[in-house]
This record gives sequence, structure tokens and C-alpha cells, in this order.
Amino acid sequence: MTPPRPRRIRRPWRLAAEAGALLIAAAVAFPLYWMVLSAFKPAGEVQSGTPRPWTLAPSLDAFRRVFQQQDFGRYFLNSLFVAGVVVLASALIAFLAATAVTRFRFRFRTTLLVMFLVAQMVPVEALTIPLFFLMRDLGGVVPGVGLNTLGSLILPHLAFSLPFAIWMLRGFVKAVPEALEEAAYLDGASRARFLWQILFPLVLPGLIATSVFSFISTWNDFLFAKSFLISATENSTLPMALLVFFKPDENDWGGIMAASTVMTLPVLVFFVLVQRRLVSGLGGAVKDG
Amino acid sequence: MSGASTLSHARITRTGKRRSGGWTPWLYLAPALAVLGGLLVYPIYQLGLISLLEYTQAQVSGGEPTTFQGLANYAELFGDTRFWQVLLATVLFAAACVLATLAVGCALAVLLTRIRALPRLALMLAALGAWATPAITGSTVWLFLFDPDFGPVDKVLSALGLSGFAHYSWTYDRYTAFALVLLEVVWCSFPFVMVTVYAGIRAIPGEVLEAAALDGASQWRTWRSVLAPMLRPILVVVTLQSVIWDFKVFTQIYVMTNGGGIAKQNLVLNVYAYQTAFASAQYSLGSAIGVVMLLILLAVSLGYLRLLRRQGEEL
Repeated sequence: MTPPRPRRIRRPWRLAAEAGALLIAAAVAFPLYWMVLSAFKPAGEVQSGTPRPWTLAPSLDAFRRVFQQQDFGRYFLNSLFVAGVVVLASALIAFLAATAVTRFRFRFRTTLLVMFLVAQMVPVEALTIPLFFLMRDLGGVVPGVGLNTLGSLILPHLAFSLPFAIWMLRGFVKAVPEALEEAAYLDGASRARFLWQILFPLVLPGLIATSVFSFISTWNDFLFAKSFLISATENSTLPMALLVFFKPDENDWGGIMAASTVMTLPVLVFFVLVQRRLVSGLGGAVKDG
Repeated sequence: MSGASTLSHARITRTGKRRSGGWTPWLYLAPALAVLGGLLVYPIYQLGLISLLEYTQAQVSGGEPTTFQGLANYAELFGDTRFWQVLLATVLFAAACVLATLAVGCALAVLLTRIRALPRLALMLAALGAWATPAITGSTVWLFLFDPDFGPVDKVLSALGLSGFAHYSWTYDRYTAFALVLLEVVWCSFPFVMVTVYAGIRAIPGEVLEAAALDGASQWRTWRSVLAPMLRPILVVVTLQSVIWDFKVFTQIYVMTNGGGIAKQNLVLNVYAYQTAFASAQYSLGSAIGVVMLLILLAVSLGYLRLLRRQGEEL
């Protein structure tokens, strides 16, 4: 039997499937479309009883409200700073830890791996209570990490993104052949030299894929910012600035949508840039599970 | 875990093929262990401790001494019908989210294998967009879509003849509020399932699927008898990951139902713990709820681990 025959029979089905896929894609993308659209609509069209799926008078008013009135630029930079520090620190720390658990045999290695896995299940939100007191007490000892500081956001996020980062990086470090390491040592390379000049560049793509997750979980955080930044509004991050537009009497939906757009955009860009590595890395992490 | 006690146990063993390295692995692990010990293990210990104390606003401000309560907080919690209601709601809500996410994710993964590159790219991109959307902005957008006055959904539904939905407030009723949150949760979590399962299907040799097609197997039959068994390891990972995520849903509930819904009708454990601790200043009771959650998730993850082990994964 020649292969094309069954395919020809199924062609109308394939067309139906493709039409369905396009419809579903449109439905899945619709909330994002509506968010961006509403951000560009003039105020009267956003708060209108007859919402239309287009606008003939795009306006930047909502973005202006977001950036000017609410000190949004500062919140944006705060969010970027917190996420940046967490990404860099967790990448470095996780790289070292993943190297330790994949390229060495030592006692408690398996126990540690199990702990890294279990640590991912810890409900972060429940730990807000003890972390709140920990940050309060730390603030008295080490300035810069107490309540109301950006440090109080960086430290917990670092801790919560590490277990997954280590777990996922494991696959990438494992993939570097042992022979390469042997050869490096035979050529007289020190352990540090092998680590930073040979292993690190090889694992870098994996590190970047892992970073997406650290970045997203930190960038998205709203609970720690809400709980730990009590009075220092100058240290607020984006989610807090977004909630400002929710008002008890009437929500400023234009402002909310514009702020949401500004907050979603960096993640989308990051995601699209690394998506191929992300999928393959995830596949690796899942397979190595 | 304190660094010193583990370090003293580090002994050179030569059982594996890889080098033992003496102190080197512990040196590499030191920063990670320091961070995790200080900001994960110690807070978990503190959580357990606070749950055994009398710890309210009076103790926090130093007005009254903290007293050891034993299991009194747990007794109060388990004697409260609200706790059992919230627990039940959490389990049912998480179960519904997991089932819906898996069904949508798997169905679309199969669909992706049946279509040509262009529609596949469209669906992939849309899914990536939903995946990348932060939970908080996803929540605000879905809330706006379903807004009784300005949202398009109510307008479309009433235009379709369902006049009951004109200016219908989705967050007012307990079940429609949960349904709305469920839609958002499924929207942002099905892409992970879809992409992972799709990658798994692609890894299956094409001959297997061709043979099934030649034997005249229907789509459903192919899925049930060929794909699902071969994808089992991936499905286990994806399911458990979803269970863990959906059991811990916080931001969506908090933002979309404004902190747990009207008269707290939409509370789930996570939000309940947070509200008890920070809104009512009952830190010890909130911690006790946190401990209950921790234990449930621990049980789930240990089951996960056993499944992985049984599949012969090497750690």
C-alpha cells in the first residue's frame, strides 16, 4: 500500500482539524488581545456598555495615567532589579549545586536530590508567615534585607527558585560527557578552570532556559510584595502598582489593562526569545525527572 | 539542616564511577544549602513552631508573652466547620482544575500532531502567550472579560439569547466565581501540558502511529491504546505537577474574588491561611493551616517520588 492513500482520505478531516486549531488559537489569544486593545482604547470606550472588539481612536491616555500618576516607572525598575538579581544569583548557585550532584559521588547525594525535589512542593504562600517574622528580625541585624526593602523580596525568591533550577540544570550538566572532564584534567586544567571555562559555557543554554522560570516566578510575585513592603511604597513592585487601579467604587479598567500590558510584555519577550531552549530543556528535565 | 553537621558526615566513598572529590561537592553545594537552609528549612521549622504557640497581634507587638499551646490551635482548626468546608472546596477545585487542564492539554497536543506547520505555529504561539502571562495580569484580564458592566462575555451571551447573562455578576455566586477562576487557571496552565505531551508524542516512532492508522483505529482508540500507555511517564509528571500547582492556587483566587469571595465563599486553603494570619492577625492559626497544607503536599510529593522510582528513574 502506498502511503499517500490514507492521507488523501483524511484530507477533509485535516482541514477541519486545522480550522479548529486556528479557532482555538484565536480563543486562547483573545484575552491578551483584549488586554492590549483595552489599554489603547480611550476611557469612554473601555468603560462602555457596548464593548467593541476594535477601536477607531487609539489613545495612550491609559499608559500616561499608568506611568505618570502612579510612579510606575520606578515600580518597573524595582521589579526588574529584583528579578535580575534573583536570576543571576540563582543561576550561579544552581550551576554549582547541579555540578556537585551530577559530577560527584558522595554520601547523602540521593537524599539531597530528593530534598530538592520535595522543596519544589512547599507551598510558598504558607511560608509567608514565618518569613515575615524572619525578615522583620533580619532587618534589625542586616540593613537592606529587612521588611520594606527590596532585599526582603530577593532572598525568599532566590530560595524558592533554587530547587527547580538545580533540578532542571541537572540534565544539562549531565549531558556534558565525562570524557571531556577527564581530558581537561589530563591537560592539566585545575578543577576551577574546568568548572568556569569548560563546563560553564557548555551549560549556558540550559542556564538561560532555567532562568526563565526564576524570572517569571519573581516577576509575577505579588504575595511577598504585598506582605513585606508595608509602608515603603517607593520599593513597591509592579503587581502592587497594578492593584492601585482597583478602586472600591469603580475600577479604572483602562489603567488596569495598560498596567497589565506593561507587566506582561517583558515576560512575553523573554519567553519568545528562549522558547525553543525552554521546550527542549523542559523535555530534558521531565525525562530525567 | 545545619551545614556543620552534614559536613562532618561527608566521607570519601568510592562506590560510584564518578569521582568522590572529597570536600569539593560540599563546597559547590554550600551557597545553595546556606540559602535553602536559611530561607526554606528554617521558615518551615518556624511555621511548625508558631502553629504550636499563642501568637496574635498582642504577642507580635510584645504586649503579651508568647505561650506554648501544644496542639490547641489544631484542635480549634479541626473543630471549625469553616476549615473543613475550605479543605473540601480546595480539593474539589484543584481536582476540577487538574482534570480540565489535562483534558484540554492532551486533546490539543494530539490536535497539534494532525495539522500542518502554519496552524500548529499559530496554536503554539497563542499557548505560549497564555503560558507567559503573569498570574496577576491573567486574573485582571479574565475579570475584565467577565465584567458585568463593561466585559464582552456577558454582552455576547445575552446577544446569543441567554438574556439571564445580561449584567450577570460572575463573582457574586460561589460556583460561577470558582468557574471563572477555573477558566483562568486552565487557560494559563494547559500550555505546559500541551507542549510537554506534544514533545512526548513526537518522540514516539512514526511507524507505531501509522500501524494504528492502517489498522483503522479511531482517534480515541489510538489515544487510549497506543499513545496514552507510551506517554505514561510524561503523563505522570504532568499530572502531579498540575496537582501541586492547582492545590496551591493563590493569586487567581485572591485577585479575582477579591481576597476569597463574598462572605469568604471562595476561600481555598492557601488564601485561608494567609487571611487568617495577616487579615485577622491570628498568626498561629494561619500557621496551623499552613502546616496542614505542607503535610498534604508532602504526601503528594512522596507519592510522586515513589512513582518515579517505580519507573526506574535514576536520581
